[in-house]
Amino acid sequence: MTLIRQTSPHTRKASSTQAIMLNVLIALIPGLLVSVYFFGWGVLINLVWASLVAVGCEALIIKLRKRPIRFFLQDYTAVVTAALLALAIPPSAPWWLTLIGTSFAIIIGKHLYGGMGQNLFNPAMLGYVLLLVSFPLEMSAWLPALGVREGQGVLDLIASIQLFAGNMPVSSLDAMTMATPLDIFRENTSLTIEELWATNPVFSDWAGKGWQWVSLAYMLGGCWLLYKRVFTWHAPAGMLLMLGVMATLFYGGEGSDSHGSPLFHWLSGATMLGAFFIITDPVTSATSNKGRFIFGAGIGALTYIIRTWGGYPDGVAFAVLLMNMAAPTIDYYTQPRTYGHKKPNRGLAKPD
Amino acid sequence: MTRKTWPLTGGIHPPENKHQSTQLPIKIAALPDKVVLPLSQHIGAPAEPIVAVGDYVLTGQCIARANGFVSAPVHASVSGTVTNIGPMAVPHASGMFEPCIEIQSDGLDQWVALKTNEDYASLSTEALLETIQQAGITGLGGAGFPTAVKLAARAESAIKTLIINGTECEPYITADDMLMRERADQIISGIQILQHLVKPTECLLGVEDNKPEAIVALKKAAKNTTIEIVVFPTKYPSGGEKQLIQILTGKEVPSGSLPADIGILCQNVGTAAAIHDAVILGKPLISRITTVTGEALQQPGNFEVRLGTPVDFLLEQASLHSEHLGRLVMGGPMMGFTLQSLAVPIIKTTNCLIAATQTELPPASPAQSCIRCGHCAEACPVSLLPQQLFWFAQGKEYAQLQHHNLFDCIECGACAYVCPSHIPLVQYYRGAKGIIRQQELMQQKAAQSKQRFEARQDRLAKETAAKEAKRKANAEKAARLKAAAAEKAASDQQPKQEIQAALERAKAKKAPNKSKPQLTAEQKELKIQLAMVSAQLKKLQRNIEQSESTPDVKQQEDLDRLQQQQQSLETALAAATPNDSNQAAPPVEKATTSNSKENASSGPDLKVLQIKLAQAKAALKKAERAYAAAAENNAADQDALQATIAGKQVALAEAEQALAKAKTSTEAPSPSKEAASKKPKKPPLDEKTKTLKIQVAMAKAQLRKLNKLAEHADTAPPKEEIEASEKALSEAESALAEHQQQPSSSLADA
Repeated sequence: MTLIRQTSPHTRKASSTQAIMLNVLIALIPGLLVSVYFFGWGVLINLVWASLVAVGCEALIIKLRKRPIRFFLQDYTAVVTAALLALAIPPSAPWWLTLIGTSFAIIIGKHLYGGMGQNLFNPAMLGYVLLLVSFPLEMSAWLPALGVREGQGVLDLIASIQLFAGNMPVSSLDAMTMATPLDIFRENTSLTIEELWATNPVFSDWAGKGWQWVSLAYMLGGCWLLYKRVFTWHAPAGMLLMLGVMATLFYGGEGSDSHGSPLFHWLSGATMLGAFFIITDPVTSATSNKGRFIFGAGIGALTYIIRTWGGYPDGVAFAVLLMNMAAPTIDYYTQPRTYGHKKPNRGLAKPD
Repeated sequence: MTRKTWPLTGGIHPPENKHQSTQLPIKIAALPDKVVLPLSQHIGAPAEPIVAVGDYVLTGQCIARANGFVSAPVHASVSGTVTNIGPMAVPHASGMFEPCIEIQSDGLDQWVALKTNEDYASLSTEALLETIQQAGITGLGGAGFPTAVKLAARAESAIKTLIINGTECEPYITADDMLMRERADQIISGIQILQHLVKPTECLLGVEDNKPEAIVALKKAAKNTTIEIVVFPTKYPSGGEKQLIQILTGKEVPSGSLPADIGILCQNVGTAAAIHDAVILGKPLISRITTVTGEALQQPGNFEVRLGTPVDFLLEQASLHSEHLGRLVMGGPMMGFTLQSLAVPIIKTTNCLIAATQTELPPASPAQSCIRCGHCAEACPVSLLPQQLFWFAQGKEYAQLQHHNLFDCIECGACAYVCPSHIPLVQYYRGAKGIIRQQELMQQKAAQSKQRFEARQDRLAKETAAKEAKRKANAEKAARLKAAAAEKAASDQQPKQEIQAALERAKAKKAPNKSKPQLTAEQKELKIQLAMVSAQLKKLQRNIEQSESTPDVKQQEDLDRLQQQQQSLETALAAATPNDSNQAAPPVEKATTSNSKENASSGPDLKVLQIKLAQAKAALKKAERAYAAAAENNAADQDALQATIAGKQVALAEAEQALAKAKTSTEAPSPSKEAASKKPKKPPLDEKTKTLKIQVAMAKAQLRKLNKLAEHADTAPPKEEIEASEKALSEAESALAEHQQQPSSSLADA
């Protein structure tokens, strides 16, 4: 009889990293379904392809690093990264775009930093930004949401596969795709909000047609994750609150120089996907609750600034990367007050 | 009216697993055949044995007394014979051995006479504390701090709140629960003694709401007392002392301080019951209630077990299926430690034994990377950032660890419990704490060493300075005296003489310190000759030394001749230099010590002789060296060298003798002094002896040579030759002996 020799605690909660990642994937389902409904098969094709590339890259790197492949693939983190990237890039993306973005995210963004838990930047956002700065044309062309073009349904499976294979001539691609509502709104300098909504079919209700529902679906999934205590409310609340504050401050009324209402910003672009699925990535965000709130608020502010005064269709990815860099510093200055201490410690210990 | 409680920061809800051991009432465990009582069952210095092997002891008899202030005595838990005192396996995470007392039980359980005391209120505080101390009571909740010390060591501020800990928040453990259910009266009585001792303004007994039976029993027993039973929600780790204080009072114990510093004293319910036993019944702490549970047991339950009972003996009483036993934990599943051996004893702090199966407490799954999910930070009851601590612990950044308040970690294990990556976080913190403590110790040591070194340097510098000052003072004094003397002399002399003296001084200054006197032509000639001979001699010697082979006979002859020449020249030179030492001695030397005066007055002969002696010594040494080299090379001409050495020895002896003679003559006035300084010397040699000695040496050398040749059969010389040589040697020796007899005896007569 050999008795186990182990240190306390001897009992552990039945939780695991893969369970957390699986929950995240499940929470993405509503958003995915609504996206497929409004934008067609392309979303799903992207997702499957990106997942395959991600798992392949992960396995390759793990093999190169001489680590147990099964053990590390089981944690689903590569699939989560792939899913987030696939949902962020246009549904019309050809195969090579996804391949470049995903492999960059996994190999450079994750494993070159040391693998899971070691990366400074959110890998999905790194991949996204790489594509955005390298292939602006492909990255800013979105398929119109269902109902934008009168009497026209979403792209069928055959056309979607053709798009994916890159067989579509540029002219027909141009005809097929259009800018996102956020981009159109940003470019607008002449029309008042009312006129814009009346003349451009991409807008409806509070934001872009289709987009607003996709955003709300992501929010729904995020709330479920909050309920499951996968993450705390601090980062999403910080981001949404700050974005709302910025949008309110710089609203500029309903005229042609309007920068958009808080509601418009909340339900446009990648706000909800970012707030509930990207900035809540624990590895690259701040670590204390207070720190996470500040981290989220920073992203909210930067997102608004880049969206409104920058040259890109959306600012979430850049804002996330910028705040990723700030996260360690935020950590050092947001330590909680420990039991028995009058006030929390700040900064780092002085080097010896 | 229910009292307000404060929520615990963080915390977790692990499966309680308490019902298994609460089905049956507390059982009295059987008496073991032997008990092993560790001398250190408490925090502080180990107890000191006061019994010897072979002694018969009674149950309750003190067998080891407290050693120092923070310590506790140990009592025999059975009656019987002390069979061993020495290191034995003790319950410890490392499985180490520590000094213990082993008692073989006689099975009679005969008690010492107990001094009961119904009216504790009549006792003084000191007497009560003494009783508690002598009973060996330590904190029974888990840490094992000597209770009397905790009660006595109060800060200046009086205790306002007495908190009794009936929380028992760890899963599996029900020892306190069962005690509260069954022996609430004892607990309340013990608490009243504590109240009498510390006189608090309020007394709170905190119990988690998962122990309804215990709460009912306590409330019943505490009726008509000032003890307040406070019930609060179940959450791990509410039972930690600091956590319970937070829950019951809303106050936090400042980091690095004791609860007493904020007017709070905490005691466990088990400790209260033990105080009742000690004060009212006079019983020392020789047993405790231990939960014995786990799926590897058929009948889990709580046992009142004698301290020192072996674990296997206790587990048997709960019907252990040893084939199912996968992990044996002493303490709870959150903070307990695994045992590697069943032979260790139950001690004062053993509140629980978990005999778990593999499925019940499975081995930890491999740790994954930390994803900084922060679940640990949410669970931490002291608001640390475990993920950051882990990060820094991995990076060995000890300064950051301390900055992140690592030492406020209570090692409750909540963070590791919730970690989805299965990282053994607490182990990292324990390791880091250990290293930091070690480093601090080393730094302290280094600082002390530095201090010591600096003190020493300081002392040495002071000593040197003192010496220097003394030397300076002496020099000044001497200069003053000299100046005074010179002045006196100057005043006595004529100016002409003064000039003469100045001239002399100038002359002396110009000349080297040991200025040589003017040489006559003869002396010069001799000196030149001597130098030439010396040079020749030196050259020859160098040649001999350099050449691998040793000197042949011709060379040796040359050498001897030259040396003889040198000696004769030196003698001639010495003879031609009359009274040189008088002239040679510089004026300063003349004026200094009496010793040099003596030397100076010893005359030229002595000096020459001394030189001769030195030369003879040098020549002998050289010859010996040459011989040694020859012997090493096993050269044929060893005998010749041997003879040379003999000759040199003779010359040396002669020189010594001459010197002695000369000294005797010059120092005739003080013969006693001379005798004292004289070294034991060879008897003086005359010409005859010298010749004989040389003959003996030659004969010896010859014989040796022949013997050596005889070793090699092919070159073996005729036997007769060896015999002849031997004969010659013996003859020479006898002749020498005969000759020496006469002068030595005559000397002895003189």
